[in-house]
Amino acid sequence: MRIFDSSQSKCSHGECSSACSGPGPHRLGSTRRSFLRKGAAAIGGMAALVGALSPLRELDESDLGSVEKFIQKHYKEMDGEEMRQALERISREVEKRYDLRPDIRDVRPMDGVEFVYALNLSRCIGCRKCVYACVEENSQSREPEIQYIRVVEMPRGTLDIEKGNHHYDRPTVPDSEHYYMPIQCHQCAKPPCVKVCPVGATWQEPDGITVIDYDWCIGCRYCEAACPYWARRFNFAEPKIPKEDINPRMSYLSNRPRHKGVMEKCHFCLHRTRVGELPACLEVCPTGARKFGNVLDPRSEVSEILKTKRVFVLKEEAGTLPRFFYYFDERHPRSDGDREAAAPGREATA
Amino acid sequence: MRDYAVFLWRCFRLSFVGDWRYGAWMLTLTAIALLGLNAYCRQLVFGLATTGMTDQVSWGLYIANFTFLVGMAAAAVMLVIPVYIYRNKELHDLVIFGELAAVSFIIMCLLFVTVDLGRPDRMHHLFLRFNFPLSMLTWDVIVLNGYLLLNLHICGYLIYCAYRKREPRKALFVVPFVLIAIVWAVSIHTVTAFLYVGLGARPFWNSAIIAPRFLASAFAAGPAFIVLALQVIRRFTDYDVPSKALMTLRQIILVALTINVFLLMSEVFTEFYADTAHSASTHYLFFGIGENRALVPWIWTSLGMTAAALLILYLPLARSLRYLNIACVLIIIGVWIEKGMGLIVPAFIPTPIGEIVEYRPTINEILVCLGIWAAGILLFTISVRITIPVLSGRLTIDHPYATEPDTETESNGSPRATALAFERSTS
Repeated sequence: MRIFDSSQSKCSHGECSSACSGPGPHRLGSTRRSFLRKGAAAIGGMAALVGALSPLRELDESDLGSVEKFIQKHYKEMDGEEMRQALERISREVEKRYDLRPDIRDVRPMDGVEFVYALNLSRCIGCRKCVYACVEENSQSREPEIQYIRVVEMPRGTLDIEKGNHHYDRPTVPDSEHYYMPIQCHQCAKPPCVKVCPVGATWQEPDGITVIDYDWCIGCRYCEAACPYWARRFNFAEPKIPKEDINPRMSYLSNRPRHKGVMEKCHFCLHRTRVGELPACLEVCPTGARKFGNVLDPRSEVSEILKTKRVFVLKEEAGTLPRFFYYFDERHPRSDGDREAAAPGREATA
Repeated sequence: MRDYAVFLWRCFRLSFVGDWRYGAWMLTLTAIALLGLNAYCRQLVFGLATTGMTDQVSWGLYIANFTFLVGMAAAAVMLVIPVYIYRNKELHDLVIFGELAAVSFIIMCLLFVTVDLGRPDRMHHLFLRFNFPLSMLTWDVIVLNGYLLLNLHICGYLIYCAYRKREPRKALFVVPFVLIAIVWAVSIHTVTAFLYVGLGARPFWNSAIIAPRFLASAFAAGPAFIVLALQVIRRFTDYDVPSKALMTLRQIILVALTINVFLLMSEVFTEFYADTAHSASTHYLFFGIGENRALVPWIWTSLGMTAAALLILYLPLARSLRYLNIACVLIIIGVWIEKGMGLIVPAFIPTPIGEIVEYRPTINEILVCLGIWAAGILLFTISVRITIPVLSGRLTIDHPYATEPDTETESNGSPRATALAFERSTS
């Protein structure tokens, strides 16, 4: 039982076994036969290889990329001219694909600004208007569907999101037995997603927003595994968006069209908020449950909420220091007098 | 330099030489590998939507196989430790097969990571902006490639020296690298475990026991593979594989598997006795959550196989080589399930915000996996195919093709001389 022992190769030419023997020259016929056989095997092998590679014919033109795209630097390493070229290239691609000339810019963070979101759970009615406003504003893929915001229907009496229902489908909301908790990127101050990225394709900006360079991401999805809030989304296929639904107002780090194979996520609508507007999810909210602003400005609404409301963050134990706060309305806001009345013991000891 | 090119060319030629069984085996593997390549091309065109992965379960079979194979690669070193640290004589001539297996397994690991990438065309970004030391994935890139180079050097050097009939300069070119490789093998496994352990978002992974368990299960499954490979070599070639060597490996497997089962029980106890909200993934794995129980049959199969293997190994039965073979097959499959599907997938179910979406691999995804396995085994077969005649002195610089034993190299062809030749080349 010797599969490849020496007796198989009697001649010095290795592959012809019993036809010729000894190290001398081959007989002519044998050489030709062996040549033909080898040739047939080689051709068969090549044909099989070509067959295996055949699906590549269907590669889209945009998949093949260009030298321009290949040598494009990381966002942080581009100078003004290189950024201008990159934006020009993206404009051309968008125009070709969606028949519209986008207004695309690289909107930078403002000095002395750190954005914070606050969400009033007493007011949220679970209508999911924010989810769809976000999809439209950020030209998210309709097929396969990508949404940055997930609204969870929670039973009263618990804050454990594992008890929530992600797929509630009621004729009318809100349901009186439940409350609603929208979850999106929490823009953590200690973001685990940034830490794990092997190529530095995602980072935290000075105004606290964690962004992604869609032209740098290699699509390993390590950040998706690292996020405790399930805030990141991956383009498993080339996004499909009807031409008329593309938002022409774009910026490099936020809502410009993404390709398949890269991550994306909520960026607090930075192309709007960095020029003084509000996020799309906030603007559409019918109940005013959503509040957004600069926490470094003591007179801002969010600063006021953080000071006066009893706010909490989701999964505080994850230690990521989110910039997204939840709170409930207090039916009877407590003045200092109330607090003393509520704690008579303290008065007695004083 | 020219000699080296000739050597490579001869190796290439030699890989086509063999009887019909060898030919059929190689043809089958090539065909499966090409099917896998075809499936991967489809994935390149249509994206990872061709897999069963979703935003909820964002890693699947690819990363599961990767994790398992890292362990197999690290385990090759379990042949090296007895030889170089405990001076075990029986295993001495077999170390090279462990190293060859390690090379093939690491290449398979790298392939599995590559097919998992959404943008393989941007791999060069790793060189341009390497998030080291923060990202554990960058550590993994370093240790895996380093381990590959180390093992390629050790095998390549020994084989080429035997081919040139040169005495290898062991003290300078072999022993230091072997010693580094021992530590390095532990590191590839530890770093890969840390890849998961470091994620606070996933309580199922965020446990200190994962890294030791990785090592224990790898040191059982890796030598189990080596045992099976050696049995094949013994049966189909004239290379001398002493039964005593297999028995040494059996002991290593026995100890490693026992430790693995102990660590598993510690983990299961912690999860189920405390039964905190963080145990949801473990519940899902072992019993399912509601209607969702896709992994339940798998993990119980794995546990059953491990238990059966342990039983066989503890009985005197396993001194018979046939039963040892059965135990090895059970261990490899059992660990593959446990460390692949059983470790990667449940961490994503439920998601960090409590949604339950199950994972079912697609045919395309399975084909890609089979293709990589076939390619890896093909590589291993070729490397063994080349190594045996070289080390037994039948393919050398003067003997361009494996010569018959009845010529002047007869003394080199016998099993005894084979061992001697290897002895020469390694000691």
